[in-house]
Amino acid sequence: MRKSGTPFWIGAAVVVGAAALAAWLITNEYYFFAGYIVVTFVILATAWNILGGYAGYVNFGTAAFFGLGAYTSVVLIQSIGAPLAVQILAAALLSGLLGFGAGLLTLRLRGIFFAIATVALIVIMETLFINWRYVGGATGIQLLRPSPIPPFESYTKMLFVGQVIMAVVAVAVARYMETSWIGRGLRAIRDSEEAAECSGVPTLKLKLAACTVSGALMGAAGAPMPMYLSFVEPASTFNLTYSIGALASAMVGGTATWLGPVLGALLLSTIQQIVTVTISNEMNVLVVGVLLVVFVVAAPEGIVGLLRKLRRAK
Amino acid sequence: MFSLELLPEAILFGVLLGCFYAAVSIGLSVAFGLLDVPHIAHPAVMVFGAYCTYVLGRYGWDPILSGLVLMPLFFVLGMGIYRFYYETFEKRGSEAGVRGLAFFFGLTLIIEVGLILGFGVDQRMVEAAYIGQSLRLGEMRIPMRMLVAFSVAVLLTVGLTLYLSRTFTGRAIKAVAQDEPALRLMGANPVRIKQWAFGLATGVTALAGAMLIIVGPVEPSLDRVYIGRTFAVVVLAGLGSMTGTVAAGLILGISESIVLMMFGASWAPAVAFGLLLIVLGIRPQGLFGR
Repeated sequence: MRKSGTPFWIGAAVVVGAAALAAWLITNEYYFFAGYIVVTFVILATAWNILGGYAGYVNFGTAAFFGLGAYTSVVLIQSIGAPLAVQILAAALLSGLLGFGAGLLTLRLRGIFFAIATVALIVIMETLFINWRYVGGATGIQLLRPSPIPPFESYTKMLFVGQVIMAVVAVAVARYMETSWIGRGLRAIRDSEEAAECSGVPTLKLKLAACTVSGALMGAAGAPMPMYLSFVEPASTFNLTYSIGALASAMVGGTATWLGPVLGALLLSTIQQIVTVTISNEMNVLVVGVLLVVFVVAAPEGIVGLLRKLRRAK
Repeated sequence: MFSLELLPEAILFGVLLGCFYAAVSIGLSVAFGLLDVPHIAHPAVMVFGAYCTYVLGRYGWDPILSGLVLMPLFFVLGMGIYRFYYETFEKRGSEAGVRGLAFFFGLTLIIEVGLILGFGVDQRMVEAAYIGQSLRLGEMRIPMRMLVAFSVAVLLTVGLTLYLSRTFTGRAIKAVAQDEPALRLMGANPVRIKQWAFGLATGVTALAGAMLIIVGPVEPSLDRVYIGRTFAVVVLAGLGSMTGTVAAGLILGISESIVLMMFGASWAPAVAFGLLLIVLGIRPQGLFGR
């Protein structure tokens, strides 16, 4: 099962190098503005897949973790003016804790019950932050961007490159979990939790680990959002769009491997960015909905599964 | 701030609201509680029903009449949805859980966006003689629209409960929920019974949608709040229990109404989900669990 990691790491280095090079060469800020969102969805889909794809626990609560990450940053900026790296780490920590809490829920809840409980997380989080004046309440809060750290000449470019690095880390974590004994255990849980438990798989520990890591990555992905928009408000931060994007990307790409969510997110978010600009925002949600249903019905193994079939046919 | 004088009014309003919540959840109680279909699209179907009522309302139809007329149409729609769900997911068995959930989630999105494209994001409402009036009861004022919704809700719930416990088909539906293999051994076709039951659940949802637009204006994204409310009621009730659905609806309605009066509207949406989390954490089988 264990394959050599060298090609993967070379690929990762190439991706980060290309992002840095692009930031250096391309002057049009818009590409980075749009690219940032695409990369964010790569992280979210990868994080979603750790729990949803490997272990088979559907999490509709991506927005809750993402939003908690974003608001952790807001609190840190408001109180001590913490730098970006500190914001990301703190966001990962808090969202990881929330993930641990969600993991405890899996003790008793499976299938749709777990899924619905994660929807509840979004609404409860949103309500808490709507009623917390310090971070702007329902109207939101305006934040000032600090000047970018050299060698970057613009903050958006810096956030973009940072997000790409984070995505590579997220994919590496997911890949590690998938190929190690953790992934085998999680797949055993997905196929039959009772059988896994009986064969000595530490199901609870693995589920808690998957929930915590997944939550932490989602929170980290949300942490730079306040600086990216220089404005945060609860309704758009805890928006179901993030949950939909993460779930749909993983389902469309294929949930069995780390590659699926990456491909799915790149495809779906790029289409979304294009449709939003050229047609309308509603149309972009419709595209996601239709693609999700079509793939779930017709190609359960996603793009990765289709590619594999193609290769076998040859 | 909250004063005790307002408490009776809060409770009365909560009871009316609670029966309404029971009625909007009863379709899900059948679809999810009895048939185990992860029907997250239930609230979206209901909002769709509300918009159909709105369209008929523009031709001067009374919303309740529209709801009744829509019922058979939604019944057929529901049978179609179940047939599709059965053929693509249930029949194949493995991994139906994750993919079935994703399917209904996608369906929710498609309905929601379809409504946005058709009607825009603005709030829509219907007009009828009883909307806007209110009944005076001493110091209290009860809006007529709540009373109308309440009456229809009670009739609907009682009707469905009787249907499930007294008629042959109704009992067959309950039998499917209890022991599907046994039913198959008796020579009955569980798929056809489930299809019928899902159609029934969807038909009832059309009337629930009509009540939804009587109670207040609707917008395409309204289904998101109702995901919490309907699932809270169904889970709290104990899957598939009709008596439980009414009790759970009342509990949710009264708690929401009290929270609304004590802390204000911004806290109310969290009540249903908070209640749901508590029930799931402490007593997942619900009040009247089977």
